[in-house]
Amino acid sequence: MLFNEIFSEFTVWLRDVPLTQSDSHTSRVVKEALRERLDRDNSVAVRRHSVYHCGCYNPLIENNNYSFQPESDEAMPTQLIRILGTALTALTGVICNAALAAEVNVYSSRQEALIKPLLDRFSEQTGTKINLVTGKGDALLTRLRSEGMNSPADILLTVDAGRLYRAEEAGVLQSVSSELLMSEVPGHLRDPDGQWYALSVRARAIVYAKDRVDPAELSTYEALTDSTWEGKVCIRSSGNIYNQSLIAGMIATEGEAAAESFATGLVANFARPPQGGDRDQIKAVAAGQCDVAIVNSYYLGGMINSGDAEQQAAAAKVGIFWPNQDGRGTHVNVSGAGVTKSAKNTANAVKLIEFLANDESQRWYAETNNEYPVRDGIPVSEVLAAWGTFKADEVPVSELGRLNADAVKVMDRAGWR
Amino acid sequence: MALIQTLFQALSTNPGSTAGVGFSRWPVMLVITAALLMLPIIIIAASLALPFSDTWRHLLDTVIVDYLGTSALLMLGVGAGTAVLGVGAAWLTTAYQFPGRSALVWALLLPMAMPAYIIAYTYTGLLDFSGPVQSALRDNFGWGYGDYYFPQIRSLGGAIAMLSLVLYPYVYLLARVAFMEQSASMREAARSLGRSPTQVFFRVALPQARPAIVAGVSLALMETLADFGTVDYFGVSAFTTGIFRTWYGMGELTTAAQLSALLMLFILVLIVVERTSRARMRYHQSQRRAQRTQLSGWRSALCCGALVLIVLAGFLVPAMQLLMWAINHWRGAWDDQFLQLVWNSFSLASITAVVCLGLSLLLAYGQRLSPGLIERSAVRLAALGYAVPGMVIAVGVLIPLAWLDNRVDALAREWFDTSTGLLLSGTLLALVFAYAVRFLSVSLQSVESGLSRVKPTLDDAARTLGASAGTTLRRVHLPILRGSLLTALLLVFVDVLKELPATLILRPFNFNTLAVRTYELASDERLTDAALPALAIVIIGLIPVILLIRAIAEGEKQHG
Repeated sequence: MLFNEIFSEFTVWLRDVPLTQSDSHTSRVVKEALRERLDRDNSVAVRRHSVYHCGCYNPLIENNNYSFQPESDEAMPTQLIRILGTALTALTGVICNAALAAEVNVYSSRQEALIKPLLDRFSEQTGTKINLVTGKGDALLTRLRSEGMNSPADILLTVDAGRLYRAEEAGVLQSVSSELLMSEVPGHLRDPDGQWYALSVRARAIVYAKDRVDPAELSTYEALTDSTWEGKVCIRSSGNIYNQSLIAGMIATEGEAAAESFATGLVANFARPPQGGDRDQIKAVAAGQCDVAIVNSYYLGGMINSGDAEQQAAAAKVGIFWPNQDGRGTHVNVSGAGVTKSAKNTANAVKLIEFLANDESQRWYAETNNEYPVRDGIPVSEVLAAWGTFKADEVPVSELGRLNADAVKVMDRAGWR
Repeated sequence: MALIQTLFQALSTNPGSTAGVGFSRWPVMLVITAALLMLPIIIIAASLALPFSDTWRHLLDTVIVDYLGTSALLMLGVGAGTAVLGVGAAWLTTAYQFPGRSALVWALLLPMAMPAYIIAYTYTGLLDFSGPVQSALRDNFGWGYGDYYFPQIRSLGGAIAMLSLVLYPYVYLLARVAFMEQSASMREAARSLGRSPTQVFFRVALPQARPAIVAGVSLALMETLADFGTVDYFGVSAFTTGIFRTWYGMGELTTAAQLSALLMLFILVLIVVERTSRARMRYHQSQRRAQRTQLSGWRSALCCGALVLIVLAGFLVPAMQLLMWAINHWRGAWDDQFLQLVWNSFSLASITAVVCLGLSLLLAYGQRLSPGLIERSAVRLAALGYAVPGMVIAVGVLIPLAWLDNRVDALAREWFDTSTGLLLSGTLLALVFAYAVRFLSVSLQSVESGLSRVKPTLDDAARTLGASAGTTLRRVHLPILRGSLLTALLLVFVDVLKELPATLILRPFNFNTLAVRTYELASDERLTDAALPALAIVIIGLIPVILLIRAIAEGEKQHG
């Protein structure tokens, strides 16, 4: 029986999570305790706290629903239980009093080193405590979905548009209308309904061996399928999300057939079976195993700034080229964030996203990780400045998410491992 | 409730327990424990009942044959590699005496502390086309790309080598205990009947050690099947690659769960086949141990040299590489939280090791007391988790826990007008539960193979003298099994220390481990920065290895 229930739950979960928030009522005891506390602690802007902080999650503070439940003619034991429960609630409220500071809980697939410094800065400026869990995008999304409306997460932060799209499809994000975000994040870099906003832009460029390739020979991604490049192209496996979104972008603008013929042609020109990460492709170009590679530009920036002589030497041997400048532009993906439907700290969550989109944070992405800001006019790092500006493909990034699965299938058919 | 009642009835009419007692609480505890541990596995298996999507057609048309072929080759390679390395090392160190033997006995355990994905990173750094070895060759001889042959490290062969090098200690540990506990008289009888030492090994020692060797190799194979880090980094399209591509790339969690369920089914078939094939054999230890033969001259040098080579390749070379990276790049990974990471990793691994040992004892001993079909199947099913990628187990844990939490919350709202929120999800308890599901098999194999070598007559004697099942376990088995128990603790400890995917998805807010830190840096392709946390994992992993080494040393003293 139990198994049946879990199983049906499993099925439901895989399809659609019922996202309903039941109203909570409270009794006068708690109401008074709460009022007292609120009066005492006026300085705190948002009075919310989470189960993770003190081990007791108390929705009455969130819902501001202080309506008094009239006495009903319940049986004695039930009444007793209610009283006990109420007392318990009041007690947990007291225990949690210390934790009544503002908090925002973040599920992030951006790794700790590339987000924590910004979050710390936000905490310093606003006094809001940020709780962070990092992990892979799909895993965090799965966690969010199975936790349902009780999920402690306020923000889902991902490093590609596909996961944001999936989160939106799964119905775990809510629309946020923020004039600041609307004006700071360009239209094609955010969700039309305001369910998520891009926070940084990542470009997929071509790197070439300076001693063997004349950049004049390079033009587009598609041109790399020409037979002159046979045995000279390095790129990582098709399991990589940025290759998937590159192909998804092609499907969106050029159609599936064109994307597939690109994938097939590229596979025919591979210098070696796909392996390693983007930095490994750059090293392979530098070492002479291949002449060109398709990589995310910030990896090259990371190598230049690494402080490691070997990596810097490899990076010095390659040049960067922005493909498709006469056509649709260089493929870009984004990192971005949205407020969850289950958020208990919505106002502060929006403030945090606004903070991540402000000039200071945008500059930080560019300087620390050589990513591109979401809008023009932000000073970028020396490395980025040296690479010049480029025309980015403006296909709505949500399309990349929608076509991701198709892209994987295209690459499977093309034999791109 | 009805289910449990039926179970009770089924169990109480079950006749077969070694001591012949009618009803005992052991089988009940066994079934309940196993059922709990099985929950995530059942959740994943249940996905097979869901409709199969169109993605299946696509997978069948394009990539699945490739995945299956690669995984089969990978299993064959790692199976052979770990068996040869593990059994060879165990036999040489138990049957022969040669210079350096006592040091090698423990040094051979060191590769166990090295996570497979980390050894893969270090060897790639060393042997890749752009690495120092090949670059030096090119600079010295003026070669360019394509002028010379050098084995491709990031390949199927490379993956087999890496996994064999770090997984053979499972076989070594278990086979060594088995060889040591074998009686001398059989080998002497074989020798006196005119068999050569080689023949004695293949015809007497090896068959007797079979359960231990099989247990070790199957652990290595299960870990191989569940591995994603190494095959992903090497661009080898194994079955796990398929699972994760389907989930991450196509967003088809159901199909990914179905693939995982098939993987578990495959493992189950393997286990059943293996168990059936040695169903009638019994292996019990006797009193008098074999003496080690003294080797001399070139034989002893060869023996010593071969074992040193294994330790070099499996531990010293990658550890030195890590150390060099860590010295040059420690700033990239060090911060004021680093010691906290060390503590988190250490305490999680310790707690889980103890929990898994307790569960394994319960299951293995309960099974010994009443080896009925229900008990045996329950234990086997509960131990399936090891072959499943940690991320998939994590999903299997996530779903029932969140379901339970949300139900409790709904009830609390209904009865008390208050919300409990999520009580279990996102806590360390959930994490330890996931580890237990994933690593139970490791401690269970060790405990079971130890128990199987204890003669049932010992149980009978103890029970006839009036000891209860629990007292017998405590006063008879536990002291005898000390080595096996320590081995179980060690294996789980090291495995938890290295575990990543389940930790990533299930951990609480603001809680990180060394493996998480290593992964985050490595996933940003900052391998040299990742060296410090990786080295810390290796060093902490050495703590229980050293404990075990001391236990082995004591054991050798006792056995002469």
